[in-house]
Amino acid sequence: MSASAMVTVTYREAIRAAIREALVADERVFLMGEDVGAYGGCFGVSKGLLDEFGPERIRDAPLSESAFVGAGIGAAMGGMRPIVEVMTVNFCLLALDQIIDNAATITHMSGGQFAIPLVIRMTTGAGRQVAAQHSHSLEGWLAHIPGLKLLAPATLKDARGMLAPALADPNPVLIFEHGSLYNMEGELPADAGGCDIERAAIRRPGTHVTLVAYGGTLATALVAAEELAADGIEAEVLDLRVLRPLDDSAVIESVTRTHRAVIVDEGWRSGSLAAEVSARIMEQAFYELDAPVARVCSAEVPMPYPHHLEQAALPQAGTVVAEVRRMTGADG
Amino acid sequence: MTVAPRLDRDHGQHLLHQMLRVRRFEEKCVELYSAAKIRGFMHLYIGEEAVAVGIMEALEPKDAIVATYREHGHALVRGVSADAVMAEMYGKVEGCSRGRGGSMHLFDAATRFYGGNAIVGGGLPLAVGLALADKLQGRECVTACFFGDGAVAEGEFHESMNLAALWRLPVLFCCENNLYAMGTAIERYESETDLALKAASYEMPAWTVDGMDVMAVEGAARKAAAEVRGGMPCFLELRTYRFRAHSMYDPDLYRSKEEIERWKQHDPIAALTAQLQEAGLLSAGDIEELERSVAEEVEAAIAFAEAGTLEPVEDLERFVYWEPPLPTPAEEVAAGGDSTDESATA
Amino acid sequence: MADFLMPSLGADMEFGTLLEWRVEPGDAVNRGDIVAVVDTSKAEIEVEIFENGVIDELRVPEGTRVPVGTVLATLRTGADDGPAPPGAPAMTVATTPDAPTGTVATAPSPKPAAMPPPPPPPPPVTLPQFASEEHRLRVSPVARRAAEQLGVDLTAVAGSGPDGAITKGDVERAAAAIARTIAPAAAAAGPAPTAAQAPPPTPPPAAPEERAGAMRLAIGALMARSKREIPHYYLQTQIDMSSALAWLEEENLRRSVSDRLLPAALLLSAVAGAVAATPAMNGFWVDGAFHPADGVHLGVAISLRGGGLIAPALHDADHKSLDELMAGLRDLVMRARTGRLRGSEMSDPTITVTNLGERGVDLVHGVIYPPQVALVGFGGIGERPWAADGMIGARPVVIATLAADHRASDGLAGSRFLTLIDHRLRKPEEL
Repeated sequence: MSASAMVTVTYREAIRAAIREALVADERVFLMGEDVGAYGGCFGVSKGLLDEFGPERIRDAPLSESAFVGAGIGAAMGGMRPIVEVMTVNFCLLALDQIIDNAATITHMSGGQFAIPLVIRMTTGAGRQVAAQHSHSLEGWLAHIPGLKLLAPATLKDARGMLAPALADPNPVLIFEHGSLYNMEGELPADAGGCDIERAAIRRPGTHVTLVAYGGTLATALVAAEELAADGIEAEVLDLRVLRPLDDSAVIESVTRTHRAVIVDEGWRSGSLAAEVSARIMEQAFYELDAPVARVCSAEVPMPYPHHLEQAALPQAGTVVAEVRRMTGADG
Repeated sequence: MTVAPRLDRDHGQHLLHQMLRVRRFEEKCVELYSAAKIRGFMHLYIGEEAVAVGIMEALEPKDAIVATYREHGHALVRGVSADAVMAEMYGKVEGCSRGRGGSMHLFDAATRFYGGNAIVGGGLPLAVGLALADKLQGRECVTACFFGDGAVAEGEFHESMNLAALWRLPVLFCCENNLYAMGTAIERYESETDLALKAASYEMPAWTVDGMDVMAVEGAARKAAAEVRGGMPCFLELRTYRFRAHSMYDPDLYRSKEEIERWKQHDPIAALTAQLQEAGLLSAGDIEELERSVAEEVEAAIAFAEAGTLEPVEDLERFVYWEPPLPTPAEEVAAGGDSTDESATA
Repeated sequence: MADFLMPSLGADMEFGTLLEWRVEPGDAVNRGDIVAVVDTSKAEIEVEIFENGVIDELRVPEGTRVPVGTVLATLRTGADDGPAPPGAPAMTVATTPDAPTGTVATAPSPKPAAMPPPPPPPPPVTLPQFASEEHRLRVSPVARRAAEQLGVDLTAVAGSGPDGAITKGDVERAAAAIARTIAPAAAAAGPAPTAAQAPPPTPPPAAPEERAGAMRLAIGALMARSKREIPHYYLQTQIDMSSALAWLEEENLRRSVSDRLLPAALLLSAVAGAVAATPAMNGFWVDGAFHPADGVHLGVAISLRGGGLIAPALHDADHKSLDELMAGLRDLVMRARTGRLRGSEMSDPTITVTNLGERGVDLVHGVIYPPQVALVGFGGIGERPWAADGMIGARPVVIATLAADHRASDGLAGSRFLTLIDHRLRKPEEL
């Protein structure tokens, strides 16, 4: 079989393949979380893994986020390579003490004696009408914390490739899977493997404006870019991929070429990742700017249930297009 | 298998020596704190020494320890040197956490001492995870997890007890019940003050021990450790009392002088001293010798800490992410040898 | 003797109030005894003593607020048992009539009666004064930088960005328009020494008078910017040209008419050599700093027939012979007047030379071309009275002037530079 043979997979299957590969490759790896075993994962990611690897390595945990996330930290310090699944980023708030006070600090507090090779996967984002306690994008909050690394796979390749390097990393790595992406389908090489977890990536080259996006907003930015292309505006779409530490140079290089930036972020505007990226552009590329940096973020409201209100609260391609037209003077 | 503690001369004096080390070390810490040599929060273990000393007797080098922010005693008894602990409190690079942690965050990989954790209850899930790692890797180790009575009110306590019992993880839960969560008496914050009873509801062996009697603690710890090695977590409620205020900031207004005096009558050091003297296992000369050697150790630790170095500010942002240790010269030579071998075989 | 100090009871404690003494002078104390109560302002704490001994003196009365580390009491320890050393002062320094030892607890209230007086009001602070910007244009940061580089006057540019802000594209279009006007047939040229990099699109046909108008506008903008931004200083010197002209006459006798040299070639050569030896005159002031140039590229001011002025570069003038300079100058003038200059000739000059001698003026005080830092001017060469060796005679004289940027150099450097030109012109055979 040729190494470049392509197979059609979903985002969900790509993550499952990555977990499966990690379990096969390293017996220190195990998956732990609520309903990861018998249920097959709340979003079906780990379906079938319990049968293949057994309950020791596909470990259903009680609804005790603090205990099983903390146990993941302890197990990582004790020589294992745990993958902890937290159902949604909202639920990770119950484990915030463990994530911030232990995972992010012990390496430092111990003067570098202990590594925390832990991976925590969680679902993030809205768009499925699951209302205010299952829909938020709190990546920006966690990206505030030194000691953590944050990844946001927005493509099939990243869904498939980010886990292996995250497990190999001696630091706690949080992987945010946007809930709207699990059914995304496309082609991947059958032998797709790990990828880098340091750099942002240009998903569409352009010359007139940089659209900075990550996770669930990458698709929004790409749709906006297509629409802008019809107006003769070539938007460059930059996928942050790594939310901490941010790949500043990729953002700055792109803005230096395009002189304009719009950040598309599903987090709330106040104190957001978008705010951080905007500040860094101002600090490092002020003299490259031809217009103030713009942000398209979620409305400052807990996510409402009705479809029309949820969509109104979320960043939309049309809003991105309007921002770009305004800043390029193409709005008439 | 349970091994009963022996009250022979050597062992008795060994226990006394360990308790004295903690007591005298901390008494000096008060003085150094008052002189602004030690800063930040500092919580003293004075009065509770029998707990750490008794429990540690039942542990082996391969076992792990998770402690609280009142952990000078645990670190010293576990084998972290007084030099390294004192230097840590001085914030010096030679400290056991490179000075990054201070009094509340003593860490030592060499003795599997996984830290003073300053979030009440925060260490319990870690202990569960360490035990899980041991179990999954087939290592017959105990993780001893120390926490106070205050932690029993935290969700993390209940989540961790449940998880440890559910997965049959080798954790020895050591609840140091000194009757106060900071300044709040236990009957003012717990609906059920029999903590062993609470623990027993998680289907694990649990019982209460006189935490002022080092021999009793040691005996209970040996019995519990044997249970844990047999594949069952265990819970010990160690009834004890701190003679000092909660921290250097604490005016100690929430308990009466009479109560403190009453508990001081049960000072674990005085009690063991009397017991050994009565049995003819401790002479006045022995006491003098023990005090002398402890004083020497403490003085040496202070001198070590005073002579220590402050980390250069340029290194401020180190250790936020893990960095591989720099190879020692010997390791570098070895690595050089390896690569030569490789090139020779290639 | 030992001191009992106000203890530090927390990293944030700088002062403490001694609320209560639990001992009196003469009391025996043991390590660990509570001897006083201190108010840390967060709590009242009983404080202990770390030495055994006898209280000698209470130094601080109750109710007093003192810094951490203050001696609160002195203590006689075992070490003091021996006789006091001869001449040692009595230990009772604080037994003043007002506060006899043992009765120090006479403060009217245990609460701090002795709070320090409020600090005097701070002296008035002079805040830095910022000049008000009365006419702030909306210009994007990158457009502002581009305008500086291209020498475009932003007040004359219309903005197309959000809310009418001037964008980089607006500035580049303006620069290109000016370049088209100045050198209609040039591939790329502009009024400023650092011209637009991008070749402008096909120029639309423009009427000559329109071009001339645009050029005046461009020159005006550039010169206004120069006068606004550059602190000019001016020097001048008279140079005796008799040996230079004598040498030139002799040299030209040997040459065919078409190969003959003009005095301008001598002047340029003299300047080029002087510039090479004076780096402070040769380069650019950019972003608040002087950047010396790598080569000596003399910008030669050439007036255009339709009006206006242009100053293209004679490259590497310090390495050119008089013949090469002469040929280069002829070529440059010809091409400037027919609009065939190359882009690099417009953008490269490192210093400008203007020679108004043919126009019959005595001297010229020039305006520097930003971002250059110096301009050399020559008036006409004419016979003037000249005193030498105690005799007054008539000699051919030229007045050389220097306009220089005071941010990059000062008068001393400038005068040395002019002197160097003078010396070189007196030894024309070495040019």
